[in-house]
Amino acid sequence: MNRFEYVRPRSVAEAVAAAAIPGSAYLAAGTNLLDLMKIGVARPERLIDLNHLPDLDIIEQLPDGTVRIGAQVRNADLAHDPDFRQRFPVVAEALLSGASAQLRNMATVGGNLLQRTRCAWFQDTASACNRRAPGSGCDARGGENRMHAVLGWSEHCIATHPSDFCVPLVALDAVVEIEGPAGRREIPLADFHLLPGDTPERESVLAPGDLVVALRLPAEAAGFAAHARYAKLRERTSYAFAVVSAAAALRIADGRITEARLALGGVAAKPWRARAAEAALAGATPDAAAFRRAAEAALAEARPSGDNGFKIELARRIAIRALTLAAAGTPDRLPALPASAFASSSTPRPRGLHV
Amino acid sequence: MSYLVTLTINRVPRTVELDDPRVTLLDLLRERLDLPGTKKGCDRGQCGACTILLDGRRVNACLALAISHDGADILTIEGLAEGQALHPVQAAFIAHDAFQCGFCTPGQIMSAIGLIGEGQAGDDAERVREGMSGNLCRCGAYRGITEAVLEATRIMADTTQEKAA
Ligand SMILES: Cc1cc2nc3c(=O)[nH]c(=O)nc-3n(C[C@H](O)[C@H](O)[C@H](O)COP(=O)(O)OP(=O)(O)OC[C@H]3O[C@@H](n4cnc5c(N)ncnc54)[C@H](O)[C@@H]3O)c2cc1C
Ligand code: SF4
Ligand code: FES
Ligand code: FES
Repeated sequence: MNRFEYVRPRSVAEAVAAAAIPGSAYLAAGTNLLDLMKIGVARPERLIDLNHLPDLDIIEQLPDGTVRIGAQVRNADLAHDPDFRQRFPVVAEALLSGASAQLRNMATVGGNLLQRTRCAWFQDTASACNRRAPGSGCDARGGENRMHAVLGWSEHCIATHPSDFCVPLVALDAVVEIEGPAGRREIPLADFHLLPGDTPERESVLAPGDLVVALRLPAEAAGFAAHARYAKLRERTSYAFAVVSAAAALRIADGRITEARLALGGVAAKPWRARAAEAALAGATPDAAAFRRAAEAALAEARPSGDNGFKIELARRIAIRALTLAAAGTPDRLPALPASAFASSSTPRPRGLHV
Repeated sequence: MSYLVTLTINRVPRTVELDDPRVTLLDLLRERLDLPGTKKGCDRGQCGACTILLDGRRVNACLALAISHDGADILTIEGLAEGQALHPVQAAFIAHDAFQCGFCTPGQIMSAIGLIGEGQAGDDAERVREGMSGNLCRCGAYRGITEAVLEATRIMADTTQEKAA
């Protein structure tokens, strides 16, 4: 790990001013940043510690029903907040399917949004990687790339964004509040992460010094609470990143879907909102045929970026699974294995797998 | 430049001078404070061997910068027993053969105490396994670990009730 200067600002304004100096990075819990510093992928000269700033760790409900979540709220605290998990159960389920209990106790809302890709070539400083070292090439093309993107990728980078949390957030129209050297602005989460194009090193709209101060979920997003589920396929039962995942949220009245939300994880460099699928579901009866049509629409533009064609069909199936679970109704209590394909209220668990 | 960090470790206040901001809580405990009970497995958040309680919450000490946790209260495996009396989770691990080589055990025990404190798993074995999934065991002592955590959960609930009565 390179040596760095440690800065502990006392206010957001001080933090933004300090971070605007080139070579600076914000330190939230450090569960991603420190990891990358240990392997030489991140080499900040200055760490601006967000952990002692006042008021960034608050969950508040605004008068119009919007919930505002401070950037320093810990993933576990958000997932277990009684009001929050009742109004936004699909977000709680996604959070609890990520990482481990220890990591969720540490990891912050802001850090989860801004975590870097798990692409193995990105993490290996001896490999060519346009995202880490612009213009050096991409060793994932033609290398081990079965976990890579099937949507929105470019010749320059085929990495995915690993967050679970962001998937239901983008489905529910979350908004990111940013404080920067140029003042305060807000941007829909759907527009926050950037697709690689020919500048994969630009991962989000943040400019140097920009600080995520909070996330907001609009009041109407709570209207999906009765039918909202996250489903995540992993290569082991727990404590693993998604191969593919889906967040589905439905409003159902008189046996018809009046409004649908669907987003996919593990498929692109950003959480992937599937608007064509949502349009296909509006007005439909919530049945297997409608869900299959929606899944086809969601993956219509998908193409393999390497040895990962299988992910396209897996993503369709996880979308169908999430929609089926959502239609069956949000359980009062989350299943023992949140978002797991092996434990859910509508499908009996295969015997012998989890003795 | 050096930095002063004040921590309460196993109920004892300690002030440490850090000559380098890169020190993690794990390295601080093991290398500078003579508390090697907390183990370093992967050093990257992937195994749970370094689990400690930080302000009462289980966390991975390998991914926490010491300097950022100025003022924190830390509990490690060394702080559990009172004299010869083991903590109920320690006793349950012995009773259920919940380890073989023992390398993962301090992390498992600290994680189990965190889990029981969180109160989300109760007496449901599957919730216990999920709640303990951040702690890997190369020896595969998982069955004993789950049994030990379930028993310690019961014992600690009974003790709390007795105290309340
Ligand atoms: C073993 C392991 C397994 C994991 N499994 C999963 C999983 O299954 N699903 C999942 O979703 N995640 C998983 N994670 C990732 C984990 O969720 C992230 O590491 C965590 O959310 C990052 O949060 P942090 O507070 O530690 O961020 P940090 O590591 O402190 O920061 C991460 C990045 O965000 C920047 N940053 C932080 N806060 C702000 C802010 N407010 N404004 C601007 N920039 C900011 C930092 O500068 C840094 O670049 C896993 C991590 C590990 C180590
Ligand atoms: S896929 Fe992207 S992150 Fe991975 S090596 Fe290629 S350029 Fe780097
Ligand atoms: S040593 Fe910290 S998780 Fe492995
Ligand atoms: S007892 Fe050996 S690693 Fe768990």
